[in-house]
Amino acid sequence: MSLVIRNLTVDHGAIRAINNLSFIVEKRRLTAVIGANGAGKSTLLRTLSGLNPATSGKASWGDHNLLKGKAEKHVRNGVSHVSEGKSVIPELTVEENLELGALWRGSKKEAEATKKYVLELFPRLGERLKQRADTLSGGERQMLAIGRSLMSKPELLLLDEPSLGLAPLVVEQIFQTIRDVVNSSSVTVLLVEQNAMGALKIADIGVVLNLGSIAAIGPAADLIADPAIRAAYLGF
Amino acid sequence: MLKLINTILIGLSTGAIYSLMSISLVLVWRSTRVINFAQAGQAVFSTYIAYEVALRTGNFWLALLCAVLSGAILGAFVDFFFMRTLFKRVTSGPIRAIAPVVATLGLLGIIRSAVGYIWGVEVKSIPAPASTDGIKIGSDVLPFSTYDALVLLIVFVVLMILTFIFQRTTLGLSLKASAFSPEIARLSGVRVDLTRTVGWAIAGACGAIAGVLATPNSLLSPNSLDILLVLGFAAAVIGGLESMLGAVVGGLILGLGVTFIANYVGSTLVFLSAFVFLIIILLVRPSGIISGKRSRNA
Repeated sequence: MSLVIRNLTVDHGAIRAINNLSFIVEKRRLTAVIGANGAGKSTLLRTLSGLNPATSGKASWGDHNLLKGKAEKHVRNGVSHVSEGKSVIPELTVEENLELGALWRGSKKEAEATKKYVLELFPRLGERLKQRADTLSGGERQMLAIGRSLMSKPELLLLDEPSLGLAPLVVEQIFQTIRDVVNSSSVTVLLVEQNAMGALKIADIGVVLNLGSIAAIGPAADLIADPAIRAAYLGF
Repeated sequence: MLKLINTILIGLSTGAIYSLMSISLVLVWRSTRVINFAQAGQAVFSTYIAYEVALRTGNFWLALLCAVLSGAILGAFVDFFFMRTLFKRVTSGPIRAIAPVVATLGLLGIIRSAVGYIWGVEVKSIPAPASTDGIKIGSDVLPFSTYDALVLLIVFVVLMILTFIFQRTTLGLSLKASAFSPEIARLSGVRVDLTRTVGWAIAGACGAIAGVLATPNSLLSPNSLDILLVLGFAAAVIGGLESMLGAVVGGLILGLGVTFIANYVGSTLVFLSAFVFLIIILLVRPSGIISGKRSRNA
């Protein structure tokens, strides 16, 4: 199983958000996609999860064509997307948000087991199960969003800017948890981040996106060491 | 004193029917962002089905059950064949906000004409399953009847069933998630389109029950439920449009208000006062009496 993206092009009206993009994400790796605002990072994830239509090209996870069918079908095929901006449902309780992620699996028993695993990763959610999600802090909401996604037992996890709007300490904690999830399970992660340094530090592979095309790709450690990348994307 | 008790009881049973109609509008509004004017047509069609069954079998309960089924099927049908197609064709802009509402108005006209064509325009009636004569207390007779008490009981049972569905079942969680945040529901694997159609079916069933329950105390004609739709809408607005609890509270407040005015001021002022009340609510508290973020609740 790997995520294969070949010659992918996505247009937003007259704007070309993704331009002839090709790369492969290997199984059980954490791949970070970095780049400036408007580089097409979120569009890439929204296209892979079935929320945005692609203009041309191919994208597949194993045997599953990611450019065909609705988002709810992709979840059933093991692809789960945590969309930008703490994707939880504020009107529902923490517990309902978690259960929502496992609904399609149909088995209450399996859902309970997964919930136990998620609450071990994010113990603070366990203390707030009966609270409405809109009473959570930003960091807790992000944890809940990732937790909800893990409840669907994904093989491929698409994470859109989990660090957005969070305090540095919380960001570090969430990044560390993402790394732990990859280390301790068989999940593959494609992480899109504005916080380039933080993302590359925990990633195996880095992809630098610029105006919808790849500017650089390679082992994350090499990208961090590359003077040109440091100057353009890491800010020093 | 007796008059006061009577007014409160009649107000509650009238309001209970408004509540059901209000719930049917709220369920559709919060999942589809459409005020479904066709609900009056759907409900009147289902009530005619009940009339037909009651006429042939004499069994009110069987008639009610058939109306519920017909209301649910019709609700699902309207979403599946009209709303889905409409939303596939218009996805944004002012037309997106207007077209569905106009479509439901058109549908209301079509259903009413069809009902008139099938059953004629002369008024019909459905016999009540319980006495519509007032309850006797000693030598006094309350206008509040056994049937009115039965209406309260039926609505209470329906509300319990709805609460159970929304609070305790996976269908309820899917319905809430699809209504509050369709995108996140989709990303969680919920079949949002299917769930929305089920929501329309539940709304249709509630409207049908409201229509059937309202009929024994009045008469049935192709547009006899139009006023119920307007009152249901007023109740929904009072309740904030987003919450089922709000819809129930709104319905009861409106029912009580309307009955108080009918009994103490004059029955000619009933509908006028309902609209005045609606307009005052819209002007003073446009988000409803139960407002704020917390109102978006099951």
